[in-house]
Amino acid sequence: MIFTIAARELRSLFLSPLAWIILAVMTLVFGIVFDISLAAYSQSPLPDGATASIVPGLYELAMVLLFFIVPMITMRLFSEERRNQSLPLLFSAPVSMTEIVLGKYLAVVAYLSIMVVTLTLMPLSMMLGTSIDFGLLFANIIGMVLLLGSFTAIGLFMSTLTQVPALAAILAFGALFLLWLLKLPAYWFGENAVSYLSIASHYENFLKGVFSSADVMYYIVVIALFLVFSVRRLEADRLGG
Amino acid sequence: MTDTVLIDVQELSRYFGSHCAVNNVSFTVNKGEVVGFLGPNGAGKTTTMKMLTGNLAPSTGSIAIAGHDLLDDPRAAKSAIGYLPEQPPLYRELTVNEYLDFCAALNRIPRDQRLAARDAAKEKCGLTAVADRLIANLSKGYQQRVGIAQAIIHMPPVVILDEPTVGLDPIQIREIRLLIRDLGKEHSVILSTHILPEVQATCDRVQIINDGQLVLHDSIDGLEHHLQSASLTVAFRKDAPLSELESIKGIKKVEQQREGRLRLFYEPDQDPVDEIVRRSAENGWGLCELRPGRVSLEEIFLHLTTEDKASDEEAA
Repeated sequence: MIFTIAARELRSLFLSPLAWIILAVMTLVFGIVFDISLAAYSQSPLPDGATASIVPGLYELAMVLLFFIVPMITMRLFSEERRNQSLPLLFSAPVSMTEIVLGKYLAVVAYLSIMVVTLTLMPLSMMLGTSIDFGLLFANIIGMVLLLGSFTAIGLFMSTLTQVPALAAILAFGALFLLWLLKLPAYWFGENAVSYLSIASHYENFLKGVFSSADVMYYIVVIALFLVFSVRRLEADRLGG
Repeated sequence: MTDTVLIDVQELSRYFGSHCAVNNVSFTVNKGEVVGFLGPNGAGKTTTMKMLTGNLAPSTGSIAIAGHDLLDDPRAAKSAIGYLPEQPPLYRELTVNEYLDFCAALNRIPRDQRLAARDAAKEKCGLTAVADRLIANLSKGYQQRVGIAQAIIHMPPVVILDEPTVGLDPIQIREIRLLIRDLGKEHSVILSTHILPEVQATCDRVQIINDGQLVLHDSIDGLEHHLQSASLTVAFRKDAPLSELESIKGIKKVEQQREGRLRLFYEPDQDPVDEIVRRSAENGWGLCELRPGRVSLEEIFLHLTTEDKASDEEAA
């Protein structure tokens, strides 16, 4: 049932030009940046090796772009259905609220995973000329997937709050940006509890190739928290109104 | 089989803040019945329907659909319901086929039966010709039909339609009414409307709701019987003396209407037809029209919905 909803959501996503254009633009941007960093590396190779000098930069750029991309993809999820009044179709069908939320969530994660695949193909292409550090690359990929998973959960929750997709996008962007900003105090006060909550500081470990279960847990908690919030929010719709 | 209770609503209430939208409503619907749900705007029709379909949680009371409690066993109860909300819940970017496939899967129709279910629903709603068109490009009437097809695709025992003929042209309205009558043979149907002839044309039973309360619950036949025996419409070629008409036994009131017609109200058990005919023949009034004056559903509706308000105001 989750997959039925996810499949429908993906289909609708790909029926709009937005999804294709985002994928195309992202791939173009990644390609250009990859090309430039590859050229820079071949001019003056660093002792860390090709993977360490190229991959983290690329995946960090992906994070920055996700700040803008994810809200645009998630904004429609519930707010557009609310506006079109098509939610009763899901609510009166024999599916639970959790299945509805998970279905939509998985659709967006699947869509963004396509982006991760095209992104990852670029460093993989370096295998033609050199050996690459798979450990570092995998840490980056896992970090990326966890990051986009949490971004999507936050965006999905924002989409349950309003009927206006643009508003959902701005709310999601604001929330993501605030979570990122939390790491700023670390510049003046060193690592502290606030900066620990920042969504970016955990990602940095993955970029360095450090796979720590604490970072994984952080993202899983964020994902679970916002998915539960979304379910509760939709249930509240039924109760309040 | 006609006695199987498919919808059992007990003491249902719903508050929005302190505003009571539905107040202590109880009713049952049997298998194979078409029930018309009538009421003025804001009476609580849509709220009741939303609660019946699990889109809104009731404040108090219980709902059982085909024997499954909607709150305790929502999955089983919801799979027995097909629901068309006021606004058909469509995905406009899909074609009719794609959309109905999704609805079939959503309602847990086994994979190998989905195609047959889709085709049957399209057939019933007259959608076969537009199956490959985008829902966004269909006319309002066809979109409404897609909404109905969505509600019946899994052949639910209970079909709930919220104002199914709104925004349709007269021919489409006729077709939808036929479709509803047709559905009534195999499903139980609840439909809400504020078009009264629609109820008379399609329903077996009628429920009138006003200010959140059920003010009438009767079968159409019972209702009509009740209405017929209340008055007579007569016309005479010559002016008949009103005083003499009023003196006829059983007549309570004479009312003058357009084109010289008179409306006579009488005690239900004292039919004055014979007496009127006899006197007309004796006195040469020239009786030229005599028909049982049926109080229309409209009048009952107005009577029930306005009387309540008047008594409410008195109470306040």
